[in-house]
Amino acid sequence: MEKERTEVDELDRSIYDFRYEEKDFYRVREGLTEEIVLEISKEKNDPEWMRKKRLEALKIYNELKVPDWGPDISGLNIDDIVTYVRPNTAMKGSWDEVPEDIKNTFERLGIPQAERKSLAGVGAQYDSELVYHNVKDEVSELGVVYTDMESALTGEYEQMVRDHFMKLVPPTDHKFAALHGAVWSGGSFVYVPPGVRVDIPLQSYFRLNAAGAGQFEHTLIIVSEGAELHFIEGCSAPKYNVANLHAGCVELYVGKNAKLRYSTIENWSKNMYNLNTKRAICEEGGIIEWISGSFGSHVSYLYPSSILKGDDSHAEFTGITFAGSGQNLDTGAKMVHIGKRTSSFINTKSISKAGGISTYRSSVIITEGAVDSKASVSCASLMLDDISRSDTVPAMDIRTDRADVGHEAKIGRISDDAVFYLMSRGIPEEDAKAMIVSGFADPVSKELPLEYAVEMNNLIQLEMKGAIG
Amino acid sequence: MALLEIKDLCVAVEDNEILKDISISIGKGETHVLMGPNGAGKSTLGNALMGNPSYRVTKGRIFFNGLDIKDESPDRRAKAGMFMSFQNPLEIPGISLSSFIRNAIILQTGQKIKLTEFRKSLSDNMKLLSFDSAYKDRDLNVGFSGGEKKKAEILQMLMLKPKFAILDETDSGLDVDAVRTVSEGIREYQKQKDGALLIITHSTRILDSLSVDRTHILVKGRIVASGDGSLVDEVNLNGFEKYM
Repeated sequence: MEKERTEVDELDRSIYDFRYEEKDFYRVREGLTEEIVLEISKEKNDPEWMRKKRLEALKIYNELKVPDWGPDISGLNIDDIVTYVRPNTAMKGSWDEVPEDIKNTFERLGIPQAERKSLAGVGAQYDSELVYHNVKDEVSELGVVYTDMESALTGEYEQMVRDHFMKLVPPTDHKFAALHGAVWSGGSFVYVPPGVRVDIPLQSYFRLNAAGAGQFEHTLIIVSEGAELHFIEGCSAPKYNVANLHAGCVELYVGKNAKLRYSTIENWSKNMYNLNTKRAICEEGGIIEWISGSFGSHVSYLYPSSILKGDDSHAEFTGITFAGSGQNLDTGAKMVHIGKRTSSFINTKSISKAGGISTYRSSVIITEGAVDSKASVSCASLMLDDISRSDTVPAMDIRTDRADVGHEAKIGRISDDAVFYLMSRGIPEEDAKAMIVSGFADPVSKELPLEYAVEMNNLIQLEMKGAIG
Repeated sequence: MALLEIKDLCVAVEDNEILKDISISIGKGETHVLMGPNGAGKSTLGNALMGNPSYRVTKGRIFFNGLDIKDESPDRRAKAGMFMSFQNPLEIPGISLSSFIRNAIILQTGQKIKLTEFRKSLSDNMKLLSFDSAYKDRDLNVGFSGGEKKKAEILQMLMLKPKFAILDETDSGLDVDAVRTVSEGIREYQKQKDGALLIITHSTRILDSLSVDRTHILVKGRIVASGDGSLVDEVNLNGFEKYM
């Protein structure tokens, strides 16, 4: 009997792996100098304060060292990375006006369909700039602002942006936060006024098309007192032979008794260095929920963090990471309890196969004043073969004895007995394994909006094809 | 021609030879019983027949429907019409009992099954087994009690309609009522589908209401006696001592 054997990594990813000729685009030279930073700033018509901020960030960038505690990133040389590539178009409010090749890109990824079906607003970023932006009227009428960062920077929300931009993630945080501060472009600004509940999600989609480029989008979301929002972020890029870099930054401000859910499906190509920083701060009674699926990239450093500043605030992180051949994904979450009676839950699943390395890394900090707080961490890993690796590095720093902290870690292999059981019902080996992996991922897929749950299951099927042989 | 023909079969687990020169021939629609004390190798035979890769056939042949299936994978054996009810069914989170059965039917037959037809048949069979219909939407075997797991196995057998089914200790760990309903399901399979059976058991409770064509006694990896259904009663009376 002939077994089906597929070379997965490049072949089957074709829905993400197509790319268009990069023509007539404006791009700055490779590398990072003051000259380049000023050129980006000029190109983007930054206000003076932003220009200064960029230069400060550059100075910090030059002073900071590359992190030495995680996966190797020596393959990444910033001198080879183009930090700014502007597509040959201004931002459009109507899908028809978006240039043909860019439109084709997003249509192949299913973006406009998703918008028509179930979203309140969409922003689509191509390389360094947003090329399409649209918000449903009924959402705008509620006073909700969803716009590209550049417009927010010079419009009526300038002061609000200035008060929040890189305040939660300062450039001094780490070297790539500083890099982001110097060369950021694109991304989204969302403001939800007090008491407004946005029932359908807003979405942004980031697509990096240019070879050897970096994407540094900035997402700033402010959810005011008593308001509610679900924001979805999707990312993809085609595969090139040169390294690409993603060093985005997400800053989320959750007001008193407000609630924000932030969902991400990240499917960068497998030459991408994904060094992304995401952070949320919750006021009294505020709730932040992170849903995070990491499938792509060559190397990832990703630990969304939640600062529970207000009393009775709450954070949840649900994540799944799938590391295949040539991937080293270091993911997890950070929870900082400051307010009284704050609570946090971390629930992660990681899968590694074909030599992939998946590391779960988390940090839970309960400060002295965070009395009667609760934290629970549960991480499970599944290794599909003997050459793959999985590690867990959960750190806890508890400064009060009035806290309830739980931790559970499981590392396992796919059970031969379970595979045999399914096969005895007529299910071929590959499907049986995919079924077990999907089941393992189920608690996360359940949390995703339907289309994304389907996309995630497709990604798992895609990754599992060719897992055998 | 027999439906299942086992010839001089030797089976090893790792380096230990467990079964020695087993020969059994089961005809279409026949019910055979395999009895023997604990550790005799009864479950080993079931696993080897179904193709569990941990059980290595070192000698002999297995023919099913005239085809040599010794080297076929378990899913190919299932597609050919074989089935095994597991002694310890595994818990598979993320897929409901009902969609699992439906997937298995589609994968085995290569044909779609009408949803209404499937639901009706599932509901009828669950009733027959006194199996609470809420279980169809629960994840496969996850958190099921021992009895519910066994009912789920028999339900799969009734839905997948194999030509031949191995029941590995299906009665173990069941209370009297559960044994009765499970027997009901097995009788239905014998009657309606004209299915052949190899019932592996070390007690005889499950056989009370079933008609048995042949009985084999397995001791220390060898078949030490074979006879008709009356051999079951004899074992019931005297145990295995005289064969040890």
